[in-house]
Amino acid sequence: MSPTNRTVVVTGIGATTPLGGDAASTWEGLVAGRSGVKPLEQEWAADQAVRIAAPVAVEPTEVIPRPQARRLDRSAQFALIAATEAWADAGFEAKAGEDPNVDPDRLGAVIASGIGGVTTLLDQYDVLKEKGVRRVSPHTVPMLMPNGPSANVGLAVGARAGVHTPVSACASGAEAIGYAIEMIRSGRADVVVAGGTEAAIHPLPIAAFGNMMAMSKNNDDPEGASRPYDVGRDGFVLGEGAGVVVLESAEHAAARGARVYAEAVGQGISADAHDIVQPEPEGRGISAALRNLLDRTDLDPAEIVHVNAHATSTPAGDIAELKALRKVFGDDADHFAVSATKSMTGHLLGGAGGVESVATVLALYHRVAPPTINVENLDPEAEAAADVVRGEARKLPVDGRIAALNDSFGFGGHNVVLAFRSV
Amino acid sequence: MAATQEEIVAGLAEIVNEIAGIPVEDVQLDKSFTDDLDVDSLSMVEVVVAAEERFDVKIPDDDVKNLKTVGDATDYILKHQG
Repeated sequence: MSPTNRTVVVTGIGATTPLGGDAASTWEGLVAGRSGVKPLEQEWAADQAVRIAAPVAVEPTEVIPRPQARRLDRSAQFALIAATEAWADAGFEAKAGEDPNVDPDRLGAVIASGIGGVTTLLDQYDVLKEKGVRRVSPHTVPMLMPNGPSANVGLAVGARAGVHTPVSACASGAEAIGYAIEMIRSGRADVVVAGGTEAAIHPLPIAAFGNMMAMSKNNDDPEGASRPYDVGRDGFVLGEGAGVVVLESAEHAAARGARVYAEAVGQGISADAHDIVQPEPEGRGISAALRNLLDRTDLDPAEIVHVNAHATSTPAGDIAELKALRKVFGDDADHFAVSATKSMTGHLLGGAGGVESVATVLALYHRVAPPTINVENLDPEAEAAADVVRGEARKLPVDGRIAALNDSFGFGGHNVVLAFRSV
Repeated sequence: MAATQEEIVAGLAEIVNEIAGIPVEDVQLDKSFTDDLDVDSLSMVEVVVAAEERFDVKIPDDDVKNLKTVGDATDYILKHQG
């Protein structure tokens, strides 16, 4: 098939997050400025330096029947819940083929996670050590493989055009959505279910991130611990969950009379080539991704009114991103309402790009920017560079075409910026 | 004290219920694990390991392929249980 340059739109959304078991309750929590961060009450947490996290609001086993749940890693459970919601929200009534509105050969799935089935891997290693070889679950391999969530979502919807899993740490979810946009734009698929998922609230990842000094140790104030742009920020809070969108070519959506939330304008990508974990302090790689986005799409900086920032609540990263936005967009950055929703959800790692794309799409659809909570003393460097939405949600312009960005950056120096636009 | 045929069927029913979600009353001697009870090849390994533990029996991998029905498994366990 020859390359095309088709318009891609968002026709379905789904999520399960620390704020709610679906996209609507998540959005409600975001707009209300609710924190999903809680103390870790598990026995194993007692000797951890970090004893807070943002677990999902609704346990997946309350939604997925037990026989199915026990053969899915927790990250795949989240992905399946979010994808099932997004699929129904897009108006599909059965898997591709059974629903005549979507051809399985023209349907893809791209679901990413940063770490993959880490809880399955570690739990089964415990089984091996404690109970022996024979007791290791025969489902371990399909559960721990990083493409497990994508493959299970692909199976559920009947995707045969391609099922993919880009991995780029905390940029994974955004990279999945960017990849999906390109699949449709290039003519390889008409519909793609795309997003990110992560389930890593387990003693090993928490000990490891904690020892990197990457996480907040504000154990005494869980709800106040994730505080992007505040002078007192001391690292991210680990969250879990998934966010998934249904992307579709504009023609395909129009032909079946689908509701359109927003246009998925495209992606900008770069890599830092600076350090394996430290962000480049001046945001050069981020700037390159933003320029790449402007070079590859017809996005007009004058249309941009909102940025769902990567802003994880780390001292260096939050500011580098704002500097890059100012450097690339100049005075246009004055009309960007910048929101750091990780202040409420915590950092979902590979799930972040999925959940935050859902939030960005809903911000355009409802014309409301969610707040950044816990900013008591705004960092002067943040104040100089950007207009941070603090305290309460803010209305976005009610008239005309508006656009928004969703930034995601990952260990390894991966930078992915997604752009969405109202229709 | 070796388990009776009835006890073995009841035990297998609990195992299949746990693994595949099939109601215990549907697990009968003539039922095929794969065709009737939603137990695929990977889940069959789980059923076998759980049955080994419950009935103190060893079921080598080479024998598992002959256990098509609940009746096959029950007969095998009756004959080999410790």
